[in-house]
Amino acid sequence: MIPAAFAYYRPTDMAGVISLLQEHGDDARVMAGGHSLIPMMKLRMADVPHLIDLQAVGGLSGIAIGSGGIRIGAMVTQSEIIDDDALSAAAPILREAALQIADPQVRNMGTVGGNVANGDPGNDMPGLMQCLDATFSLIGPDGVRDVPARAFYEAAYMTARGDEEVLTAVTIPLPAGGYAYEKQKRKIGDYATAAAAVQIVKDGDICTAASIAMTNLSDTPIFSEAAGAALIGTSVDDAALQAATDAMQGDIDPSEDNRGPVAFKKHVAGVVLRRAIARAWSRA
Amino acid sequence: MSKKMHITMTVNGKEEEFLAEPRELLIYTLRERLNITGPHIGCETSHCGACTVTIGGKSVKACTMFVAQADGADITTIEGIGGPDDLHPLQTAFKEHHGLQCGYCTPGMITRATKLLEENPNPTEEEIRFGMAGNLCRCTGYQNIVKSIQAAAAEMAAAKEAAE
Repeated sequence: MIPAAFAYYRPTDMAGVISLLQEHGDDARVMAGGHSLIPMMKLRMADVPHLIDLQAVGGLSGIAIGSGGIRIGAMVTQSEIIDDDALSAAAPILREAALQIADPQVRNMGTVGGNVANGDPGNDMPGLMQCLDATFSLIGPDGVRDVPARAFYEAAYMTARGDEEVLTAVTIPLPAGGYAYEKQKRKIGDYATAAAAVQIVKDGDICTAASIAMTNLSDTPIFSEAAGAALIGTSVDDAALQAATDAMQGDIDPSEDNRGPVAFKKHVAGVVLRRAIARAWSRA
Repeated sequence: MSKKMHITMTVNGKEEEFLAEPRELLIYTLRERLNITGPHIGCETSHCGACTVTIGGKSVKACTMFVAQADGADITTIEGIGGPDDLHPLQTAFKEHHGLQCGYCTPGMITRATKLLEENPNPTEEEIRFGMAGNLCRCTGYQNIVKSIQAAAAEMAAAKEAAE
C-alpha cells in the first residue's frame, strides 16, 4: 500500500501553513495525526500532491478550562483527552467518548482537530461536539472565524471549512448535568454501527434540558433537536424514551454497508440512544 | 517520483541519516532501509499492531506514519528493548508463560506492553486487555499474553523494590 508521491512540508508557524494553502489550493491538505488521511492516501482514495504536516506549528496544542468554557487545541490527541483529569472532571463525556475511539496506538496520534475537521461520518467527535454545542475556530487568509459544530457539516467529507482555512481549536461551553457516549461497534478500532451522545439536566425528577447527537447514521453527524425536546418536561420514563427515539429515527438517514442493512442500523440507533439516555439520566 | 528528502532519526540509540521519498512508510524504512526487521507488517491498515514502535515515548503504528513525519524522531523497536543475551522481563515472561505461538505479533505486543507497564505498572486483567487492544494475535486467544504481562509486571515490581 504505497501512496502516490507528494511534496512534504513542515512549516513552523500558521502564516507558513496558510501561504502554502494559498499557493497550492485544493492540491494541498493539512495533516495533524494523519490517522484518517494516511489510510486514505495509502488506498489512493485521497490524492494529496502537497502535504502540510502541522506537527511543528505552535499554538495548536493544550487544553484550557475557564469559567466560560473549554478550549481544546486542534493538535490535542485522543490520549491527551483521556489523560487530562481536569478535563475529565469538567466534561466527562469527552473522556468516555475518546476511550471508545480506535485503540491506544491510534489514540496517541489521532487528534481532536483532525477528527472533527475531516468530515468523515464515521468519526465520533463531530457528533459529540454537536451534542455539546461546540464552536470550531478556523483561520485563513482573511483572518479568524468561528463556526458552530451544528452548522459545520454539509455532507461526507464536505464541511464549512474553506480550502485555504485550518481548524485551530474547538471551544465547548461547560456542560451541565448527566452525560453518556454510547457506541456500538463490531470490534475495537471499528467505526460505530451507531453511536449516541447525550447530555441531560435534571431538576427534581424532571428533565429541564437535553442535547442528543448521533454518529455514523447519515452522511453527516446528526444533532437531533427533536429527540432532546421529547425529553424536556418529562421524568424520562418509558414513554419519553420512546418519544425521543422515535424523534431521532425521523432525523437519521443511514445507508446499507458492511455494518448492516438500513433496518438493522435503525434498530441499533434506537438501542444505543435508549442506553445513552438512561445512563445520562442516572448520572444527572 | 517526488523529490527525496534528507532524513535523520535516532533508532534504538543509533543516529541514522539517509535520503528518502516522503511517502515512504516508516515500517518500510525500518525493515528494508535500516534492516531492523523486528517490527512486522501484518495488516498494513493500522489495525493489527504488529508494526508497533515507540516514538517520543508513545506507542505508535509504524505502518501509519510517513518517514517524513518521523524526520528528527527518537524511535525504539523491539531490538532496542532486549536481545538474546539480555532479555527484557516482558520477553522472559512471554517465553515462560507461552505468550506466543507463531510469534508474528510478538515484537509489536512486547513493544506496546513496555509502554503499558510504564503508564500503569500494576494493571488489572481488564486494563491489560484494554491497553493491548491495538495488538491482534490470531494464535493464543490472548489468555497467555495477559498472563505474561501480569508476570512481567510482578517481576519488574519486585526488581524495583529490591533496588530501593
